[in-house]
Amino acid sequence: MTRTKHLLAAAVIGAALGAAALPGSATAAEGVELLEHRWSFDGLFGTFDRAAAQRGFQVYREVCSACHSLKYVSFRNLAALGFSEEQVQALAEEYTVQDGPNDQGEMFERPGKASDRLPSPYPNPEAARVANNGALPPDLSLITKAREDGPNYLYSLLNGYEEPPAEFQLADGMNYNAYFPGHQIAMPQPLSPDQVTYADGSTASVEQMSSDVATFLTWAAEPQLEARKATGLKVMLFLIVLTGLLYATKRRVWADVH
Amino acid sequence: MSAGPSSSPQYSNPVVRWIEYRMPIFSTLDNFVGGSYPTPRNLSYWWNFGSLAGIALTLQILTGIVLAMHYTPHVDFAFASVEHIMRDVNFGWLLRYAHANGASMFFIVVYIHIFRGLYYGSYKAPRELLWMIGVVILILMMATAFMGYVLPWGQMSFWGATVITNLFSAIPLVGEGIVTWLWGGYAVDNPTLNRFYSLHFLMPFLIAGVVVFHIIALHQFGSNNPLGIDKKSPKDSIPFHPYYTIKDLFGLAVFFLVFAGFVFYFPNMLGHPDNYIEANPLSTPAHIVPEWYFLPFYAILRAITFDIWFLPAKLIGVILMFGSILVLFFLPWLDTSPVRSARFRPLYKIFFWVLLADCFMLGYLGSQTPEGSRAVFALIGTLYYFFHFLILLPLLGKLETPKPLPASISEPVLRTPLASPAE
Amino acid sequence: MADTAATHPEGEDASATRRDFLYLLTGATTVVGAASLIWPLIDNMNPSADVLALASIEVDLSAVEEGMAITAKWRGKPVFIRHRTAEEIKEAEDVDLASLRDPQPDSARVQQPQWLVMIGICTHLGCVPLGQQATDPKGSFNGWFCPCHGSEYDTSGRIRRGPAPTNLLVPDYAFVDDTTLRIG
Repeated sequence: MTRTKHLLAAAVIGAALGAAALPGSATAAEGVELLEHRWSFDGLFGTFDRAAAQRGFQVYREVCSACHSLKYVSFRNLAALGFSEEQVQALAEEYTVQDGPNDQGEMFERPGKASDRLPSPYPNPEAARVANNGALPPDLSLITKAREDGPNYLYSLLNGYEEPPAEFQLADGMNYNAYFPGHQIAMPQPLSPDQVTYADGSTASVEQMSSDVATFLTWAAEPQLEARKATGLKVMLFLIVLTGLLYATKRRVWADVH
Repeated sequence: MSAGPSSSPQYSNPVVRWIEYRMPIFSTLDNFVGGSYPTPRNLSYWWNFGSLAGIALTLQILTGIVLAMHYTPHVDFAFASVEHIMRDVNFGWLLRYAHANGASMFFIVVYIHIFRGLYYGSYKAPRELLWMIGVVILILMMATAFMGYVLPWGQMSFWGATVITNLFSAIPLVGEGIVTWLWGGYAVDNPTLNRFYSLHFLMPFLIAGVVVFHIIALHQFGSNNPLGIDKKSPKDSIPFHPYYTIKDLFGLAVFFLVFAGFVFYFPNMLGHPDNYIEANPLSTPAHIVPEWYFLPFYAILRAITFDIWFLPAKLIGVILMFGSILVLFFLPWLDTSPVRSARFRPLYKIFFWVLLADCFMLGYLGSQTPEGSRAVFALIGTLYYFFHFLILLPLLGKLETPKPLPASISEPVLRTPLASPAE
Repeated sequence: MADTAATHPEGEDASATRRDFLYLLTGATTVVGAASLIWPLIDNMNPSADVLALASIEVDLSAVEEGMAITAKWRGKPVFIRHRTAEEIKEAEDVDLASLRDPQPDSARVQQPQWLVMIGICTHLGCVPLGQQATDPKGSFNGWFCPCHGSEYDTSGRIRRGPAPTNLLVPDYAFVDDTTLRIG
């Protein structure tokens, strides 16, 4: 069948275009193989492991948030991780937020509300640099989308602190990381065993905390992931039926031409 | 205007008749996509991509218009407003992913459409103008896509805009002035973002206008076909509706399957992670690559690394890159063969596939850092591209002995109804 | 496409019925697909999640003396907060409900009689009535007067004269303490 052959060729061309469209995938972290982790949100039906994401939020709050902002996430968004409305409210109220100006024309501080964004640790990038030896701790809202193979990269990076090889020249104030591009990272090893105490009794190993915080940050970068995949399933099933019907109709209409 | 005897159908509905008398919209539609448009009976699925391109353009305009309702074209807010779309706007993630991947789908469809034209000689007389209008559409598409990619104001947006606008600085004497004019300042900044937004909104409608000309030109002689021979008798054609409307609809459903696969399951596969980092004019990402549909042209741009005579390498690269598209305008005259379809051109058929492979190679090289052997291959690929159009095609028409053409479109189809058409 | 199909040579009834059914099914499915394609293009114009989550506001009333009014901004709209005098309260309570266009006792419109809290948007066509400032025209009923089309409201914010159909709306609010009001 010529037609089948043509369709096949079209599929091959499409695939080739897709493959050509993966610039830099081989160059992520300069050829270093990332640690491969099995994620709850992988695959066509993946969803976020709520318990892991909540633990990850705890890790972010108690460790990462000292230097890293999460400026595109609001407290109200946390309800998607399984926190109740009261818990979200209580969480928000633990933070102080600047508001204003008031009737006197002055800015004032007030407890956070569910609609507030998570406050940033530094007022501006310059202040962040000064406090961190010239390095800018990136905002984490989109970090897993902003790195090739983001969740695995993050997981690898957090587990990648080790002694530099003997011949490696480490600059002052820098740290060696097996997975960071160039291996010199300004961030000192952030996680150590039992750094946080998990309420659900999970062991706070570095691996556990890394995978939890990577789960949380993947959610933070793509809170619509579950809606996307669920909608996608319905759309694909519908389109398969529609395509079948249109093909049958096409055959019928063309029956007297061939 | 085109009221021939076959194109004045009678309408029974009085409302339709009333409108038709004052504005012949129904007969026009009938003549263009209806039962009164005679279409070659032997079109293959490769002829689906024209209508698909039209649908892709329509979808881009629809999603683009609603995205514009939520987007803020200001350097301080652009990135955040895109995140607002992704996180807070109802179906915002779907609309943005559909628009971003829709651009890629549009280019895939159009590139297949172009290579179909190359294979079956659709650019040859009397369809030269149809082809040239198509090249204009391609150029407008590229400009639109480039400016659209700047709008999210990520790192790739910013540095892509910087690099591509800097191309114009290669023009002797006036280059620097042109670049400053394009930017509206001394670097890519808020004025640049604002004008790109304005033009990105405008240009799709220009494309739609040029598409109208494309279709008018198409209907003058009708579609080419896989045999590349003209229609000779009524037996050679069938009405567009219902045969090709249903076939196009089926193709559209398949297209949507692929499209939805990207949007719902691999929405960022065709993008670049660096564009999820807000633009920073003080720091260039380690690897700058354009979107996949520009990669072959990007490879051509970088291919020349040495000055030739008084021409600096930079200027040659820019000339070659623009030349690689402009050469398509002259294709109808560069190809000297009287035979359209590659089915009957044994040599051209081979070189067609070589050219396609060359474009894929250039695309791959465009995505890589130009070092060592890659730079050599990019140069060879670039030279071959121009060799194909400027030297090979004019010679091939003279040297090649075409296979005998069938007597009519219906002949090979009707005489052996069970066998596949002659390849 | 069905009418063209009718001209096909195959004429058996069963086959024709099956064909018509197929065309109908395909057509209906295509229409469903097109309709669901349109929905995101419409729904995105509804209020987004951040707009819906817009915070409640808290207003400090300690500086608002009797007879004074302040205007707070809530969800992009003005909220009128009036510290009513005893005279104004009496005026509002003594009105014969039968004479009102939108009958509502004053007690149904306030939580504490001295504090009247309303959304300051004329129910006619959305202008902001005058009457907050001491120097503003207050209309014939000593309340508010809409400059756009002359609607007049009384000291309880009820429509008394002019084109507006209903009383000024009372938002959800609560007194956090004696001098702090939370709206929303």
